[in-house]
Amino acid sequence: MKMLKTILKQFVHKPVTTTFPAEPAKRFDITRGHVVFDPSKCTSCMICMKRCPSQAVTVDRAAKLWTIDLFRCVICGQCAELCKFGALSVDPAYSSSARPDERGVETYEITYVKPEKPKKDPETEDEVLKRE
Amino acid sequence: MTGKRTVVPFGPQHPVLPEPIHLDLVIEDEHVVEAIPSIGYVHRGLESLVDRREYSDFVYLAERICGICSFTHSSTFCQGVEGLMGIEVPARATYLRTMWGEYSRLHSHLLWLGLFADALGFESLFYNAWKIRESILNELEATTGGRVIQGVCKVGGVRRDVTNEFLSGMDKRLDDIEAEMQEMSKVFLSDYTLKKRLVGKGVLKTDAAYNLGAVGPVARASGLVEDVRTSGYLAYGDISFKPVTADGCDGYARCEVRCKELFQSVDIIHQIIAGMPEGDVSVPVKGNPDGEFFSRSEQPRGEVIHYLRGNGTKNLTQFRVRTPTLTNVPSLVAMLAGAELADVPQIVLTIDPCIGCMER
Ligand code: SF4
Ligand code: SF4
Repeated sequence: MKMLKTILKQFVHKPVTTTFPAEPAKRFDITRGHVVFDPSKCTSCMICMKRCPSQAVTVDRAAKLWTIDLFRCVICGQCAELCKFGALSVDPAYSSSARPDERGVETYEITYVKPEKPKKDPETEDEVLKRE
Repeated sequence: MTGKRTVVPFGPQHPVLPEPIHLDLVIEDEHVVEAIPSIGYVHRGLESLVDRREYSDFVYLAERICGICSFTHSSTFCQGVEGLMGIEVPARATYLRTMWGEYSRLHSHLLWLGLFADALGFESLFYNAWKIRESILNELEATTGGRVIQGVCKVGGVRRDVTNEFLSGMDKRLDDIEAEMQEMSKVFLSDYTLKKRLVGKGVLKTDAAYNLGAVGPVARASGLVEDVRTSGYLAYGDISFKPVTADGCDGYARCEVRCKELFQSVDIIHQIIAGMPEGDVSVPVKGNPDGEFFSRSEQPRGEVIHYLRGNGTKNLTQFRVRTPTLTNVPSLVAMLAGAELADVPQIVLTIDPCIGCMER
């Protein structure tokens, strides 16, 4: 009897669920959906590869390829934050589904820019320290 | 009891418990005499990854120890690194961390209440709890960008700020959520069938809870005032609240504590929004951690401890996590002794087991 009010209420209010494919899913501006790469801006500095916590990104300087495994990527957004050249950004739309044989690997060709000796790069600094 | 002893295996895959824990139940005449737990089905070796990932990247991995308490794991880890390096976090960042921590408590408790209703066969209550949880998740997604894995904590502060307009809107939306939760928790606490299946089941006396080191809602439901939040970490020092306790010592008391903590969390969030200081949300971090540090927090399930040791390089040398589920396993074994076989699934559920969390 105590629940009667709750039960009766269910008959009058609108459904709380959405008819998903017909009605698009709710997203916010800052939702982390998937990583978008812009090959024209990348200078193959390899920061994203070194700092990705799930090792989803591979930068091959010799072959001029930048690869992301979307199934490995945990969409933490760290690479987009660290890329100094603005080549990476996070899009609010979730990445589309893929067949297992595709495995969601995306490969881009990059214009390899020979890196100048960076003055203040914590990564290289560390390596110099290690070598000494 | 004079019956023949039989061993009934429970798990690792069980319909009411979607997590892999195995219990060997020694039963005699439908009564459990002894429960022998065995764990290790989902061990991922996350703790040893610290020597291959930089401490600042490891925040994202620490966050993935558990899918439900994710925010508290990352904030506890950051708190540990900040303690090691002596970083002073801006006040606004600690307030935001506290707010998100309380939001994760709300979403964890609602998830548990839903799953528990589902395990007892009360489907409409399950839908109700998860419907309310959805609005909590929307708030989290709108402020952090993630629904269950927020990814918003970093060493030295937080990665995102929340505008003051959004916070005041949140205040109003919370009132609606609170009204819905009121209705739902009334059913949990007064429904005849639920009471029948919970009162007096899985008893853990106050002394036993203390001696076995129970934490979180399990300890508080046995009358122990155990709450790390009272130690005043993050912004809890500025907030007035009293740990929720119950003295039933049984499954019903655990349900009651979680229901009441929902309202406590809403109250804390209101206070946080009212007292939100202005300013930056992060400070630049320089140097590497050196030394050792114990970092404690109150997760939805109880106390979590992150032990960190650094040696002045980018990688920590040791990282050890003690999660609340692991701490509560001895209490679970004590609760099961003497219980009836048919009650075992919901007694296991009352400690809110999270096996992924327990085995890291
Ligand atoms: S995407 Fe950015 S961080 Fe990664 S290699 Fe290119 S420039 Fe460097
Ligand atoms: S979003 Fe995170 S996991 Fe994904 S590629 Fe970037 S750094 Fe790696």
